[in-house]
Amino acid sequence: MVYVPPSFEPTVPDAVASGQVDKVPVIVVGAGPIGLSMALDLGLRGHNVLVLDKGTQLSDGSRAICYAKRPLEIMDRLGFAAPMLEKGVSWNIGRVFFKDTPDPVYSFDLLPVKDQKFPGMINIQQYYNEEFNIAELEKLDNVELRWGNAVTNVDNRDDGVTATVETDAGTYTLEADWLIACDGAHSPVRKMLEMGFEGETFRDNFLIADVKFKHERPTERHFWFDPPFNPGQSVLLHKQPDDVWRIDFQVGWDIDREEIVKPENVTPRIQAMFGDDIEFEYEWISVYTFNCRQVEHMLNGRVVFAGDSAHLVSPFGARGANTGFQDVDNLGWKLDLVIKGLAGDGLMKSYDDERSHAARINILNSTRSTDFITPKSKVSSLFRDAVLELAHDVECARGFVNSGRLSMPVPYPDSALNTPDRDDWTGGVCPGTNSVDAPVIHDGAEGWFIDHLGWSFTVVVFADEDGISPEMRKHLQAFLQSDVASKVLVISDQQDPEFETLSDCKGLLAERLGAVAGTAYLFRPDQYVAGRWQQAVSARDLIAARDRALGIVEEAA
Amino acid sequence: MTDRLKKQASFDSPDDVYQLIIDMHKGLSDEESQLVNAKMIVLLANHIGDAAIIAEAAQLARDNTLSRHAKETV
Ligand SMILES: Cc1cc2nc3c(=O)[nH]c(=O)nc-3n(C[C@H](O)[C@H](O)[C@H](O)COP(=O)(O)OP(=O)(O)OC[C@H]3O[C@@H](n4cnc5c(N)ncnc54)[C@H](O)[C@@H]3O)c2cc1C
Repeated sequence: MVYVPPSFEPTVPDAVASGQVDKVPVIVVGAGPIGLSMALDLGLRGHNVLVLDKGTQLSDGSRAICYAKRPLEIMDRLGFAAPMLEKGVSWNIGRVFFKDTPDPVYSFDLLPVKDQKFPGMINIQQYYNEEFNIAELEKLDNVELRWGNAVTNVDNRDDGVTATVETDAGTYTLEADWLIACDGAHSPVRKMLEMGFEGETFRDNFLIADVKFKHERPTERHFWFDPPFNPGQSVLLHKQPDDVWRIDFQVGWDIDREEIVKPENVTPRIQAMFGDDIEFEYEWISVYTFNCRQVEHMLNGRVVFAGDSAHLVSPFGARGANTGFQDVDNLGWKLDLVIKGLAGDGLMKSYDDERSHAARINILNSTRSTDFITPKSKVSSLFRDAVLELAHDVECARGFVNSGRLSMPVPYPDSALNTPDRDDWTGGVCPGTNSVDAPVIHDGAEGWFIDHLGWSFTVVVFADEDGISPEMRKHLQAFLQSDVASKVLVISDQQDPEFETLSDCKGLLAERLGAVAGTAYLFRPDQYVAGRWQQAVSARDLIAARDRALGIVEEAA
Repeated sequence: MTDRLKKQASFDSPDDVYQLIIDMHKGLSDEESQLVNAKMIVLLANHIGDAAIIAEAAQLARDNTLSRHAKETV
């Protein structure tokens, strides 16, 4: 097999020999994509972070290969979206096939959403994602990565955590204020804390073959329902960089897991798909069963769960890694402010509330895809087939075909951090929802709105032809008088003398935010809307909304 | 649940519509008939385009059937 994951030297810290107990602010357990990006987020905010991974290599195989727009925006904030885009494959054409009909039921064009920085989705192997993330981590001297360090015990107290760590040369003990468990689906930390992980295991298996074909093929995503080369089951084909193709065969429950992954048993399947004379070589073969589960709470004392340790979804719709990056995005700024002592009691809990909610929605979406792809009853099978047959001729049936939905960010409409609308809105972005993007001009250069959000609380104010009023300026200045990192962005064609200014060159930002002159939005550091005001926002409104988004509960007067 | 599903008769000539539905199944096997019914539901649901109304119709159809056919539960 071609692929060998890059590996690292195991670290044996001095503490193993000396028995010294070091104290660190944050331990991240697990150097998968989620642990690595968690460390990068907190590291870039200036915190000292120690990452421990029991293994000594990057992802064994391509694993998560689809990265959606929102995670790409997050990786961009963290500084490694550019190499992802450069290396990744963008596909536009998707085709859905049913049974033995060689022409597709229908085809769709996943045109990149116009006038936004990132495409809807790119394909790239998980180990590249990890590699690009590590390259950024290596630039920071406040983040340390220790391979070959397994956490074997966690003592979780109100004021911190004591962790026992095992290396090849012996064990040592660490003290930390916070421990973030990014230790994957089987999360030993979750088990140590005896936390529930409820959900269901689907009685089905998928065989993944990553192959390189000798001859070029068009970059398209193909999905087959019940094809002759895998009767009664589904098959998915899509492309990764380096001319590698992912073929996903649904293979049912009753299989011999050792036999099925042998190349001599996979080759006939591939020949049945592409013809006996197809020339290819293998990159990776694997089989997996999937679960839809979620941990009872993503926050337990001083231990926080993120990524697969907290939730598992079916593979349809590529939510696994994509959801985990959004956990990181949600947790990073909150933990930063909690560590700095600037947050209210509610902020850490809001991580659990918002991301557990997102996990539930993701599980719902992926369960719906699973039910469409592998119908559980006769009548469900009947409707699936009816929809697929109809979709060939009638456009309106295509929307019902569910071969996995593109992973979209989940809004938090009921979050305690939201300031409810005071005005009547018909458009724009609701509190608790991530920002839209639009092209803007900044300092004479074309760019993107999304690049100017994030890291801090940001008030976006739309000016009229004369700029912002002196009164509004006073309110904004008062809002900036705070220890909590905050900034102001003025949307105007003329440079504001005081604040960062963006020109809404195509008018799309105002349109997408439903804004007119005088409208203000307050964005959280994760680019989600905290509150919005059509007109006449005051410093009081802004400060109250920021406090609320900091988990500071207003005292009843 | 909303209460917007129309329950009064819509057609001056219901016989025509009823015949339409029966004729839809002319000469079909049971399996084909099932598919035709399912396609009909999908097309009409899309045409109605209002999930709350579809939910009401679904509930009514289900309750009406269960009230007559439900087996004694143990
Ligand atoms: C075969 C396979 C195919 C997949 N295909 C897809 C796909 O196509 N699309 C998709 O979106 N997702 C896919 N996934 C899921 C995706 O890989 C995960 O969602 C993603 O890797 C989750 O990242 P993570 O960082 O949370 O966990 P992981 O990547 O699992 O990382 C966990 C890390 O924790 C470390 N660790 C565990 N225990 C300890 C301990 N006690 N001490 C220290 N370190 C520890 C492990 O060594 C590991 O490096 C696939 C997964 C598998 C297994």
